[in-house]
Amino acid sequence: MLARAQSGDHQAFAELYSTHKRRIYSLCLRMVGNVAEAEDLTQEAFLQLHRKIATFRGDSAFSTWLHRLTINVVLMQLRKKGLSLISLDEAMEPVQDESPGRSFGAPDPTLTGAIDRLALERAVASLPAGYRLIFILHDVEGFEHNEIASMLDCSIGNSKSQLHKARLKLREALRTNQPLEAQS
Amino acid sequence: MNQNGNNQGCAEFQARLPELIGSGEDMSVNPHIQSCELCRALLADLESIAEAARQLFPIVEPPDNLWEQIESAIRDEEKSGKKK
Repeated sequence: MLARAQSGDHQAFAELYSTHKRRIYSLCLRMVGNVAEAEDLTQEAFLQLHRKIATFRGDSAFSTWLHRLTINVVLMQLRKKGLSLISLDEAMEPVQDESPGRSFGAPDPTLTGAIDRLALERAVASLPAGYRLIFILHDVEGFEHNEIASMLDCSIGNSKSQLHKARLKLREALRTNQPLEAQS
Repeated sequence: MNQNGNNQGCAEFQARLPELIGSGEDMSVNPHIQSCELCRALLADLESIAEAARQLFPIVEPPDNLWEQIESAIRDEEKSGKKK
């Protein structure tokens, strides 16, 4: 099917869309939280796929390549909107000052009981985009760090480090019950 | 039982956490986890968040007419010769 789509077979491209539409649309929706915008982004991702599919050489799994393409579409849109976000590049930069150790010895209330799903979804939605992306790709979608590193052009260690920071930010938001943008 | 955290031990342990979590290592036998209540709570919280994440944002189906819109946009691009 992929080879036929690459050679311009419209029916094969339609089959590719059918195979991947749920995951691509869901990724867009998880990143922007808005149905209409997620539809536009999904459309743009598949349009770009149609333009670029002949360039896919099989160096990675096709689904990884398509996710990477979609992520670029989503991040471009987020940058256009100028939303509060840590860009992907910024999120991939090593951050020196975010060791959780800075609160050693301080009172440290833990999350009690089961985590409320809606509260966690709100906290995820308020993460800077770079952290949100890594958290969604790994913890929600189930990609491995080596796949994420390939999608985002970063090291596996960087992917692990950024995921850890995303989880720490979520923990902080859940403990204080405040969206991240409301915190100093 | 260390309830307030040992700055040096906690710093070293937490610096290794990104690697340790998800490594498959049995964290319950980690000497620092066994002795530090704060880091044990931190680890439990992070594992709870990762576990809860699997239930978030279920996979959803895009609307049926989205493919028609994509097809139409592809045709428009092909007609206008923009396809690269």
